[in-house]
Amino acid sequence: MARKILLEHIDVPGIQTFEVYRKMGGYEAVAKALKQMSPDEIVEEVKKSGLRGRGGAGFPTGMKWSFLDKKSDKPRYLVCNADESEPGTFKDRYLMEKIPHILIEGMICSSIALGARTSYIYVRGEMMYVIKILEKAIQEAYQAGFLGKNILGTDYSLDLYVQPGGGAYICGEETALLESLEGKRGNPRNKPPFPALWGLYGCPTVVNNVETIADVPWIINHGGEAYASIGIGKSTGTKLISACGNINNPGVYEIELGITVEEFINSDEYCGGIANGRKLKAVVAGGSSVPILPADLILTTASGEQRRMTYESLSDGGFVSGTMLGSGGFIVYDDRQCIVRNLWNFTRFYHHESCGQCSPCREGTGWMEKVLHRIENGHGKMSDIDLLVDVAKKIEGKTICPLGEAAAWPVASAIRHFRAEFEEHVRHPDSCVKKHLHREMAHAH
Amino acid sequence: MSDLIKITIDGNSIEVPKGTTILQAARMIGKNYPPAMCYYTPLKNTGGKCRVCLVKVSQSSEANPRPMPKLVASCLTLAEHGMVVENESSPEVLEARDGVVEFLLINHPLDCPVCDQAGECDLQNLSFEHGRAETRYEEGRREFEKIDIGANIQLHMTRCILCYRCVYLADQLTDQRVHGVIHRGDVSEISTFIQNAIENDFSGNIIDVCPVGALTDKTYRFKQRVWFSKPFDAHRHCPKCSGKSVLWMKNDQIIRVTSRKDKFGEVIDFICNECRFEHKDVSHWNIEGPRDMGENSVISANKYELPVVSPAVNVDAKFVSE
Repeated sequence: MARKILLEHIDVPGIQTFEVYRKMGGYEAVAKALKQMSPDEIVEEVKKSGLRGRGGAGFPTGMKWSFLDKKSDKPRYLVCNADESEPGTFKDRYLMEKIPHILIEGMICSSIALGARTSYIYVRGEMMYVIKILEKAIQEAYQAGFLGKNILGTDYSLDLYVQPGGGAYICGEETALLESLEGKRGNPRNKPPFPALWGLYGCPTVVNNVETIADVPWIINHGGEAYASIGIGKSTGTKLISACGNINNPGVYEIELGITVEEFINSDEYCGGIANGRKLKAVVAGGSSVPILPADLILTTASGEQRRMTYESLSDGGFVSGTMLGSGGFIVYDDRQCIVRNLWNFTRFYHHESCGQCSPCREGTGWMEKVLHRIENGHGKMSDIDLLVDVAKKIEGKTICPLGEAAAWPVASAIRHFRAEFEEHVRHPDSCVKKHLHREMAHAH
Repeated sequence: MSDLIKITIDGNSIEVPKGTTILQAARMIGKNYPPAMCYYTPLKNTGGKCRVCLVKVSQSSEANPRPMPKLVASCLTLAEHGMVVENESSPEVLEARDGVVEFLLINHPLDCPVCDQAGECDLQNLSFEHGRAETRYEEGRREFEKIDIGANIQLHMTRCILCYRCVYLADQLTDQRVHGVIHRGDVSEISTFIQNAIENDFSGNIIDVCPVGALTDKTYRFKQRVWFSKPFDAHRHCPKCSGKSVLWMKNDQIIRVTSRKDKFGEVIDFICNECRFEHKDVSHWNIEGPRDMGENSVISANKYELPVVSPAVNVDAKFVSE
């Protein structure tokens, strides 16, 4: 069995409650952070741990914390990004639902490190039941003296609030999240300045993912070096992976970074192999925004090495033959799946969720969706395939925020690796459409 | 260290004060400056949205000679000492610009022959320089009914490119903002709040800042093609604004009043609605002389003299302003 950090006590009955969580050693990190460590020492431990942002970008957390403007006399804020809504990614929801106190404890520890006196958990509005769970957990923490004034008798005080979001994917982008939290339309800000200098209400702010913050108590309790000893190279610690698609055991798994992709897919501890004994066709390894890889390239890198579940190994080969660990949304396709249809589905999502602020994303995402809709429904032309590649290229790197890339990369990679399938749709539109109709009718029955 | 920093754009170097953006520096050089559809100097926080001013920074600064990894919006990126920028000299920039123009023209019709803004439209110029001869877009396009958003202003969303200039202007110049952007993505639209009209004293300026023909002056619509009218600098003593305007004349009749714009198409002084909409009589104005539109403007092709009938004509601008 692999080592667990976040999901160690997941099966303990009543772990949702403060009482049981405390019995299992919960909130010890808060006491240690307040009474035995200085804020700088906490930041130093997080740096030593090599913890990287678990929201998708993988930026070193300790370094991000150290960018916070310490010269400013304005208040500092910690904001937890719980606006999880990328297709294929559902790990944060699981963590907050099952062990809410691990996030609350992480928020308190991280706020102590950053000198924040007010912190926010920004949760996707649709997850109202999670919001209620978090609010109950926060109330329990207040009652136990871990939140509020003079925590554990020290001079440190902290208020923690849960803020429901507007239910827009773009509000997961950190600056759009801050705009939304300020009560404005959730449009991304132009950067620089970055939130570390100009964040919530124009004050220095750190925005971290749920999983990242939840890792902090363990690092305080066991030390940064212990965390860094898990994993491989610059991919340290564990990672929550939400696995779905044509596998035997869909679900959320905590893996030690560094296991092979093959082990993750086939081991009974994780995905349990491809469902119904089918053949693996492709994998989207890090949420729908990362490039899709065909079976041979997801299992083995272009240089012939076994592909591992690490930031470096998954991105080996760049976007020609690699992908990204991203948010850990692991979507598996068997050999029956239509890449064109799935891509159209993803693109439809990004079109719908584009905020519309900048021209390439606003117009380009819709254009790609419409062309894919045509191809998938038997009205495509051969020239449409190159048109899609060109439109994706004209969006990538030209937009205010990374939603442009999130929409462009799946299109570019799907055509790079599965061009024959797109051509097949154009050459034999009837057979493809009929095939889907048969499948949908079979599902309906 | 001097407060001046040296920046090179397309091989032309200039020293500019700290805090100058790449776009402003390029405008100071005076040639090959990036186009801008959403950035507007007199309005704070504009820029970064249209992406037509993207440039390549091939050297970040003297201290950091590495190039910037992506194209950057020149209207927002501050110049650094020793920065080297490629604008029209970079094929990558030109390709990106062509792409953005293609995106903007997906929903903006090229119906310049019937558009009120023809002849003074930034997108018309941009599509002439960077557009394709034929569109690759085959899908349905956005269509809207025209909406009267006040007594004197008509909004035609079909032509809007969502540059947000009118929203920023209303936010920063007027007492009460009653319009903004609703919805998101490619169904976003400029709209007034429910049953509201834009009726404050300076609302007419949203017509001037609109880079295309989406916001039009109802007192002027379809009265004249712009290149057949005669623009004069004129002023009047106005208690609300500077009163410095441009009178657009057909024969000896004022058919439109606008604010004065600089060579980058940006308003120098915003004018009030009274000057703009209510003073269409020549006797209300002190006319300073024909307006210099710049040699590249289609309007400059129209040679003309001062109006013959004009009781208050005064060609000495200096005397008039005193």
